[in-house]
Amino acid sequence: MMIKSMAEYAANGEQPEVLFWVGCAGSFDQRAQKITKAFATILDKVGVKFAILGKEEMCNGDPARRSGNEFLFQMMAYNNIQTLNGYGIKKIVTACPHCFNILKNEYPALGGEYEVIHHTTFLQQLINEGRIRLKEGGSFKGKKITYHDSCYLGRGNGIYEAPREVLQALDVELVEMKRCRTNGMCCGAGGAQMFKEEEPGTTRVNFERSAEALDTGANIIAANCPFCTTMLTDGVKNKEKEDEVKVMDIAEMIAASLAE
Amino acid sequence: MHLVQQILFILLGGTAIYLFTKKVGSIRRNIMLGRDEQINDRPSERWRNVLLQALGQKKMFKRPVPALLHFAVYAGFIIINIEILEIFLDGILGKHRLFAPLIGGLYPILIGCFEILAVLVLVSCAIFLVRRNILKVRRLNMKELNGWPREDANLILITEIVLMSLFLTMNTADLVLQSRHYEHYTVTSIFWISGNFTSLFSGLSDTTLVGIERICWWLHIVGVFAFLNYLPYSKHLHILLAFPNAYFTRLEPQGEMDNMEAIQKEVLYMMRPELAPAAGAEQPAHQRFGAKDVMDLSWKNLMDAYSCTECGRCTASCPANITGKKLSPRKIMMDTRDRLEEVGKNIDKNKSFVDDGKSLVHDYITVEELRACTTCQACVEACPVGIEPLSIINELRRYLIMEESNAPQEWNLMSGNIENNMAPWKFSPDDRDAWALEMSGS
Repeated sequence: MMIKSMAEYAANGEQPEVLFWVGCAGSFDQRAQKITKAFATILDKVGVKFAILGKEEMCNGDPARRSGNEFLFQMMAYNNIQTLNGYGIKKIVTACPHCFNILKNEYPALGGEYEVIHHTTFLQQLINEGRIRLKEGGSFKGKKITYHDSCYLGRGNGIYEAPREVLQALDVELVEMKRCRTNGMCCGAGGAQMFKEEEPGTTRVNFERSAEALDTGANIIAANCPFCTTMLTDGVKNKEKEDEVKVMDIAEMIAASLAE
Repeated sequence: MHLVQQILFILLGGTAIYLFTKKVGSIRRNIMLGRDEQINDRPSERWRNVLLQALGQKKMFKRPVPALLHFAVYAGFIIINIEILEIFLDGILGKHRLFAPLIGGLYPILIGCFEILAVLVLVSCAIFLVRRNILKVRRLNMKELNGWPREDANLILITEIVLMSLFLTMNTADLVLQSRHYEHYTVTSIFWISGNFTSLFSGLSDTTLVGIERICWWLHIVGVFAFLNYLPYSKHLHILLAFPNAYFTRLEPQGEMDNMEAIQKEVLYMMRPELAPAAGAEQPAHQRFGAKDVMDLSWKNLMDAYSCTECGRCTASCPANITGKKLSPRKIMMDTRDRLEEVGKNIDKNKSFVDDGKSLVHDYITVEELRACTTCQACVEACPVGIEPLSIINELRRYLIMEESNAPQEWNLMSGNIENNMAPWKFSPDDRDAWALEMSGS
């Protein structure tokens, strides 16, 4: 399978259907790379004409802005918008809710206006349009699964149903955590916390959240964000449950359930 | 005797209203100390929020039990004000139950409804006292409430109970006097609640009953005037500010952070110097980056602080607080209000603000608290009156990083990586599409 960059599309005078904004975690983090590959596999199998920016993509600036470093954020945003506008990008899909939120809500004020869509919503659309066809009796059928609302997809942008509908399409038994949807609890990574030690407290945010997820008795914790995936995986390990309970991105679950 | 009461009432009412107006003026001035921010788009959505959030208390109903009790107190407060209107007019005009002859048979029904509400208010306030002081609900017993905030909350509840008891006692005495056709006590039908208690007073003499009725009437209205003037000093100000606060609450997605245009321009001029204004051209005065003190915050942040009733729903949902960190979004709001009040007093004393060597960051809110925020917006989501603690936290964090260069070492590394490697980790930008090459190879 060939993954083409925007530069290659432009060289051939072509436009892709959608730009896949991979994000830093999806590009570099080993665990998140698997999510990236799963999502790219789905797009390829389904026949969505997509491009990546490749080496031209830069951090969107979210951790800089949330930590308080507006200068750095504005610099990253300026460069990214130059690149995106230079290619005449209209539609972007991303597998990271932080990238999604920044590109969708914070770039327009800086001159970067695009249709931005999170990969869970994109997957839901592909399923509804019949472009994604799923195996009969896939490996998740009847499995007990709980879904973790990421802050920037849920509260930040009000998207609660699309990811759940994708899970329902897999015929899973969806069990909700006590704190879900608008009350969903953070994994502890947002606001640039991912990149520093937590302040002193009684426990870690990801331990608290993972314990709640484990309390549901689910075999799989479904996530929609590479940072949540990391945080929850660590939390499950902390409780020594990593053999029984897996943390998976929704894209990985779909990729594993595609009809041949 | 009537005339003396009339004059006394007018004097008292006038003073109460004057003092209240004056204090409201000073709160308004304090709020206006904040930075200017234009909030006037989409009025129909804003009015919708006033109706749903403030009037309808939509967000309260996430927790049904306190929501129902609160709704009873709130409905009671609003509707019983019609009765206060009658009391007020009676006081000025020297009349007794002015509305009774005007609306005839409807009057006892109306008063009956007020009485039912009064009982609901009384019972709800009693349950609230139990929740606070006996059941010790966690969010109502955290350490930031020690001292005045706790007393304030209890005082309000006790005052409401006393006011409602006075209202019911007054009606009971009135009914007995009515049944004796005593002087000007207009005969109405029995009131639904107080009507059940007349036997308690039946043995008392006419003068004692008039005494009870008058004392209750006076204490009730004096209590109302006192309460009116207590409001602006109390967390209870939310009963007024919830409405404008719901109107001005943000309509943008909660995940969106406010843009800093000044920095956007600086970066633009750095990247494209040809766009920069010519040297010597008038430069806008430098505004502090982020917020060090209350004056650096937006007026909406400051109105938020006055609208907070310290219910602690924000703190109860804060992941940092839940896991034992020092951050409490409620405390952020309380600190902002306390500091603003202090700045206001400073201005009252010195005509304009004289530096007192203090600021909101460090003296009220510590770096440790600010650092613990994950920007998850749970506090914003939880607030029933549209307060945004996160907005204040973000502005204070901006100040720490951009004006004080005050960041943990890990954040400095992260920023360095973003700047040099275009990613928060130390990876080579050349490897950004390594995963794609791997896939292409397979």
